[in-house]
Amino acid sequence: MSANFFYTIEVIANGLMTGVMYSLVALGFVLIFKASGVFNYAQGVMALFAAMTLVGIQTGQVPFAHLINVIFGTHLDKFGWEVPTFIAILIALAVMIGFAFLVERYILKHLVNQDPIILFMATIGLAYFMEGFGDLMWGSEIKKLDVGLPQGGNVWLENATAGWAEGFYGFYIDNLDMWATAIAIVLVAGLIVFSNYTKTGRALRAVADDNQAALSVGISLRKIWVIVWSLAGLVALVAGIMWGAKSGVQFSLSLIALKALPVLMLGGFTSIPGAIVGGMIIGVGEKLFEFTVGPYIGGATENWFAYVLALIFLVFRPQGLFGEKIIERV
Amino acid sequence: MFYRESGDFKTTYAKDTQTFPIKLDRVGYYIILAVAFIAIPLLLITDTGGGANYWTNAIFLPFLIWAIAAIGLNILVGYCGQLSLGSGGFMAVGAYASYKLMTSFPDLNILFVVILSGAITAGVGILFGLPSLRIKGFYLAVATLAAQFFLVWLFNKVPWFYNYSASGQISAPTRSFFGFEVTGATASAEAKYLFCLVLLFCVAWVARNLTRGRIGRSWMAIRDMDIAAEIIGVAPLKTKLSAFGVSSFFIGIAGSLFFTVYLGAVEVGEAFGIQKSFLLLFMIIIGGLGSIFGSIIGAAFMVLMPVLLKIILVDQLNWATDIAAHFQFVIVGALIIIFLILEPHGLAQLWRLLKEKLRLWPFPH
Amino acid sequence: MNATAESYVTEDGRTIGGKVMEMKNITLKFGGVTAISNISFDIREGEIRAIIGPNGAGKSSMLNVINGFYHPQEGEIWFRGEKRKPMKPYQIAQQGIARTFQNIALFKGMSTLDNIMTGRFTHMKTNMFWQAVWKGPAEREENLNRDIVEHVIDFLEIQAIRKTPVGRLPYGLQKRVELGRALAAQPKLLLLDEPMAGMNVEEKEDMSRFILDVNDEFGTTIALIEHDMGVVMDISDRVVVLDYGKKIGDGTPDEVRNNQDVIDAYLGVAHD
Repeated sequence: MSANFFYTIEVIANGLMTGVMYSLVALGFVLIFKASGVFNYAQGVMALFAAMTLVGIQTGQVPFAHLINVIFGTHLDKFGWEVPTFIAILIALAVMIGFAFLVERYILKHLVNQDPIILFMATIGLAYFMEGFGDLMWGSEIKKLDVGLPQGGNVWLENATAGWAEGFYGFYIDNLDMWATAIAIVLVAGLIVFSNYTKTGRALRAVADDNQAALSVGISLRKIWVIVWSLAGLVALVAGIMWGAKSGVQFSLSLIALKALPVLMLGGFTSIPGAIVGGMIIGVGEKLFEFTVGPYIGGATENWFAYVLALIFLVFRPQGLFGEKIIERV
Repeated sequence: MFYRESGDFKTTYAKDTQTFPIKLDRVGYYIILAVAFIAIPLLLITDTGGGANYWTNAIFLPFLIWAIAAIGLNILVGYCGQLSLGSGGFMAVGAYASYKLMTSFPDLNILFVVILSGAITAGVGILFGLPSLRIKGFYLAVATLAAQFFLVWLFNKVPWFYNYSASGQISAPTRSFFGFEVTGATASAEAKYLFCLVLLFCVAWVARNLTRGRIGRSWMAIRDMDIAAEIIGVAPLKTKLSAFGVSSFFIGIAGSLFFTVYLGAVEVGEAFGIQKSFLLLFMIIIGGLGSIFGSIIGAAFMVLMPVLLKIILVDQLNWATDIAAHFQFVIVGALIIIFLILEPHGLAQLWRLLKEKLRLWPFPH
Repeated sequence: MNATAESYVTEDGRTIGGKVMEMKNITLKFGGVTAISNISFDIREGEIRAIIGPNGAGKSSMLNVINGFYHPQEGEIWFRGEKRKPMKPYQIAQQGIARTFQNIALFKGMSTLDNIMTGRFTHMKTNMFWQAVWKGPAEREENLNRDIVEHVIDFLEIQAIRKTPVGRLPYGLQKRVELGRALAAQPKLLLLDEPMAGMNVEEKEDMSRFILDVNDEFGTTIALIEHDMGVVMDISDRVVVLDYGKKIGDGTPDEVRNNQDVIDAYLGVAHD
């Protein structure tokens, strides 16, 4: 077994975990799409906003400080207190739930019977809005996110596996990635339990299946939508924390949403397990491709590989791995 | 009362299908043409301060060029219903095609360079449009993202495209049209303006003709009900590919002008990134899907708004530029949502409704 | 009455010709469900052929097979004396088969005029270059076809709603516009899928009159699915009855009306 073999394994392991991170974002899409047929382009920005809010609360930032300073000539920056992580997370979650209410009331309610493409474009508008709004509220500089999770390569693992082959210095796997995987598993398990075993979860599945029928048995569509968007907000918060801890809270976080799209194309837009499997396939595929083929063609293939892979896949199976087969009737 | 239609009867089919059937519209159209082709160039020529260049570069050129691109995207998205998020990448194809043509064939007339670049982009567009037979709706949108990211990466990484220069940037050499320089640092504002204006006029004219005839109807049929369209004889792949082709042709022309006439030098990630694809999409949503007039209005809106915001917020109120930028996002996002809720057919529809009211004015109904 | 392949003249002076379409042993399955099971029947030129049967009997599926939208697992389709090769729906449309749909399939974003103009697709040929220029061949072709479409509009008496977006029209008018679109194609075979659905008595009388006029004036062969027995018995020359994907009756309206299987499955008996 050569060093190259172990490095390949390392690439695959890292790919799987990156995939899990993608899945976290993709999950939010799936939840909303399942229940309302809306493809929420704003999911990535929601993750960014959730992370920004968390950091802002934790560090005691004054919301809209820059704006207020500019209008009134003041010099506000921080309140001067720091909020413990756990409480900050709860407050951030409450903010996301409030956000869900507002979205339902001012956007979804008015666009009920429109084409899905119109709804999609509305979520693009929402994404832009949230982006500007978040920047105005908390400032657009990069922030460090610290929720107490250990970072950096896992030293124990690295030392334990060093020397397994000539020239191999041990598996380098980030602690954060391992925590993210564990948290994602818990989250998904929780979502699956919620969906299958609770009354609200059942209602969610009913709405996802057939809006009209769900209405006719007394399920409040609007209430369900608020719940679903809140859940998506929770998922966005978790995703935002994981990604933010890894690379800082900044604008590029919202671009992760774009990466989630190929994940959804592979896994199907309506399947929770599909989001996970799709995420892992994309994660591993990307990293392997860059590792093996990348050096010959200039590198940075991760910018486009996921999309091309999903595109090729879709041509042969338009509904993705787990999606429902599209039957067209006349 | 003064916007009259009654008494204005058409006696031939040709008159019935003309672009401006109402006399007042036609007169208005000629006035706008006069202003665009005569008044503005005169203003630009006679202004010797920096003003001409500022107006041209900040407003006129971007407006004209984005209007061309918006017409292109509207054909694909608004008329044919195929959602595309790859326009930035296609503009890049137009730009780089122009660069290679200009550097490989220095004697080639700039007009041919632009048109050929459009044709090359049309070919690329058709290629990326092939999956559209199997993939529909959002899935297609995501597939076009593949085009966007791949193309930007391609022009970044493959040195042949930027003639192996160390910086990776491309810049446009000076070229003239009928003796007037239109590209390069010494080109005059009015020459650049007129060149782009003529192209916009031609693009709009061709687009109008295509959308009012058989091809336009086939695009709209696919958009509205593609299965029924096929059953009545519309060949789906050929029709979708023609939409991709024509759309990319116009977007390629816009990309070429963007590089050669407007910016002069580009770095692909910044000039043609995904943000531009969204910007173009916003133009046609706000302006009006399925409307050529809407594409032009939408382009004007999205070009003017940041300028206006900057004048109000930065110059007048002395806010920092980054806050103004954030505000722009907020306003654009909110406007998109408001338009989609209130008037999904955009400004063009609002204009139509206004004219309907004018027809009756001063009577309420 | 006449099952031979030769043409004959009906009582009211119309000429019914030989077979224009023949379905031989068609079987259509969707996964485990058999929608059509070994059905054979023919349609003769110039006649009005009704396809009736309870819901779910496979009538719309049969039309979809004729259109080429569904591909039967077994059986042959013969159109105008030639066996049909595997073809796409738009190619079948080009052969001269037009149709209306059960749930209206008009192009909601276009006006009445434009919708009916789309019916002329298969006849309009100018290439993209001339269309881009417009003046010249493209405009001439457009006006020629516009003329034909205007005749259809006159025939269906829908001049007033020419420029209205069809999404705004009431249901009955939408059905008429859809008929216009099918007629504009000047088809050899016209398929009507429940043209009277959702109409009141007056509208049904109008629609019946149009169907009869189309058949009378233009000699168009018509196959229609319809539930209103009064209409069926009144206007059709021959009727084929389907039930659970099988053919249970085939003949003139009188023959079918007295067929015990048909009575049991569908028509029922009048209670005294």
